[in-house]
Amino acid sequence: MVYTQSPLAIGLFVTFVLFVLGLSFYLARRTSSAEGYYAAGGNIHWFTNGVAFAGDYLSAASFLGICGMIATAGYDGWMYSIGYLAGWIVALFLVAEPMKRLGKYTFTDALDSKFNSKAIQLTAAISTLLVSVFYLIPQMVGAGVLVQPLLGLPHWVGVCIVGVVVTIIVATAGMASTTYVQFFKGALLLIMSTVVVIAVLVRGLSTAPENNGVAYHDFKTMQATVALEISEPGYTVVAGLDSAYGEAGFVKLSKDGQETIWQLNETTNGYTLEETLFMTKLADGTKLFNGAAKEEGAFFPVGHVKELRMNGQEVAATGAVGPLAYLSALKDSTIVLWGKKYVKEGDATTTIYYQKPTPGARVLRPGLKFKVDNATGLQKFNFISLMLALFCGTAALPHILIRYYTVPSQAAARKSTIVAIAAIGFFYVLTLFLGMGAMTNGVINLTDNNMSAPLLALSFGVVLFAVISSLAFATVLGTVSGLIVAASGAVAHDLMDNFLGMKMSDAGKVRAGKISAIVVGCIAIYLGIVFEGMNVSFLVGWAFAVAASANLPAILMLLFWQKTTAKGVAASIMVGLVSSLGLILISPDMWVRYGMLPGDAPIQFNSPALISIPASFLALVIVSLMTQKDVPVVVSDAAEA
Amino acid sequence: MGHGPAVKLGKDNASGYKTKLGVSMFIVYTIVYAIFVAINATNPKAMQDIIFGQTAAVVWGFGLIGLALVMAVVYNHLCTSAEAKLNG
Repeated sequence: MVYTQSPLAIGLFVTFVLFVLGLSFYLARRTSSAEGYYAAGGNIHWFTNGVAFAGDYLSAASFLGICGMIATAGYDGWMYSIGYLAGWIVALFLVAEPMKRLGKYTFTDALDSKFNSKAIQLTAAISTLLVSVFYLIPQMVGAGVLVQPLLGLPHWVGVCIVGVVVTIIVATAGMASTTYVQFFKGALLLIMSTVVVIAVLVRGLSTAPENNGVAYHDFKTMQATVALEISEPGYTVVAGLDSAYGEAGFVKLSKDGQETIWQLNETTNGYTLEETLFMTKLADGTKLFNGAAKEEGAFFPVGHVKELRMNGQEVAATGAVGPLAYLSALKDSTIVLWGKKYVKEGDATTTIYYQKPTPGARVLRPGLKFKVDNATGLQKFNFISLMLALFCGTAALPHILIRYYTVPSQAAARKSTIVAIAAIGFFYVLTLFLGMGAMTNGVINLTDNNMSAPLLALSFGVVLFAVISSLAFATVLGTVSGLIVAASGAVAHDLMDNFLGMKMSDAGKVRAGKISAIVVGCIAIYLGIVFEGMNVSFLVGWAFAVAASANLPAILMLLFWQKTTAKGVAASIMVGLVSSLGLILISPDMWVRYGMLPGDAPIQFNSPALISIPASFLALVIVSLMTQKDVPVVVSDAAEA
Repeated sequence: MGHGPAVKLGKDNASGYKTKLGVSMFIVYTIVYAIFVAINATNPKAMQDIIFGQTAAVVWGFGLIGLALVMAVVYNHLCTSAEAKLNG
């Protein structure tokens, strides 16, 4: 698809950037101590912190990735929303208050609060850095992807803009400026997503959705005999039943010099031919979209309801509906989803996107992406493991946990988590409507579903698109600033100050933090450029799996098992880290990325949590029991509030 | 070397109560979440059944998000009451 730049989007984004930079410089004058830099002085109001939690947590993966996944795979995309939100329950009930009570600046502080152990300082810092970098790369690559439709600039420029802006935000006022950037971003994200959802509901559903005044593509259907004589004149067969296309269930036709690919559906006396979209990658790397160069715009956006039913009646459009009526109508209707097949012809590979009319009720239940229907034991294991990682990962993400140090009390930590649950829960409800809205409003770019939410906004006009696109960019700023604070804290506070024992004055700690932020920012820019063009959203999954496996068992056992020792905690982190990463690296998904067949991978599941989390717990228990004489630990009931 | 909170915290006599309450509520939510995951894994077609005019999957999804918020508010109310009572 070809996007056009919007001056309004550019203006809004530049305004937001100038605003946050101005705010950062203003706050920098009040940030001279280490407390101020790493924990915003510990005096952020719980409500502000709660919304900032949402701004920190709702990354591009949430906003763009989940909406895109729902737009193409329905309910399965929303399962991520449900799992991510459930993870906040772990944070609230088990982690929030103790984290506030035990830690100072970093997640490592809390783990090490009773031990002063070099092993914990090192392993927890490594875990923090790895999780933060895994999270950081997709955000930076996403910034580069977003900048192309938004500003019309190349990928590396987008990465550099985000990297430089975020580094300035963090290096000026640390957690203070980061908090307010995340607060504004979180609040704007909630408000504007609500506006788009209201627009979706007011428009309602239609079998021919209008896209910003442009009529929806009229999909053509033709008939053919068994010998492939086409009902409509002018078409000639280029690749028929005995070709690679025919074997895959398609046929390539030509009319007026224009080649098209059609899906073959057998009937009693021949075939029905249905129009497809296709992308051909030639031997020299050139990509043709529906047989033409990208700039020609032949590859149109898709997504529509085929048979629309409301209150038992088939209708052409519903008009404005409420949220429940919207979902109910979708459930009773037939939605056209899009399948994907690859056909190799010489050195060229063609990806064919074909229509798959699917009952709405089937779309609004799991199974389109996750293999749960008639699944093997291993497929079920994979699904459960993923849901476990989502559940356990949130409360172990270092850049989320450090937000607990920015509030003045345990009660404030608790209340801010509740605000976060309300804000994030509300947003995740919105994602269902954003995703289903994209699925049925003719806005999906089949080659990149990540742009579904901004393109849905575009279908309502360029103003909303400009706002949502600039907001998506701001989303990256908010999350990346939190990640850089976490990573720079791990370097400056955990490694330099604690592990290496470099004696620094308060001003020296702030300076070390700022220099670390600049270094991490530069590394983030480098990684964002290096990973250009790669679909790296899977790294967020890595971050969750590693955090859930390496960090959460250590946190929970430290809080709830009195026999936990320093060596047990360090062993738990290392086992969680190595086992989760090791299993991921030999998984079928990675085998594909290595250019091999997924079936040849040593293991046949992608999500390691169901193995690595228990392994991490087990390592902690065994090593702690073996090292009881080292450090006796007493977990007291009464604590500081 | 400096761990411990960044700001000075007072003594919290309600800490033990809050911990037990948190664990109990965590277990309740985890059981509900586990049932949801188990149904999806073992009998996904059941999630297509219609409840209150929606698929069971949608009802479960809204239910889990709503339950999280309700339990969070109840937890905060009980914790705040305990803090007021035990910490004066």
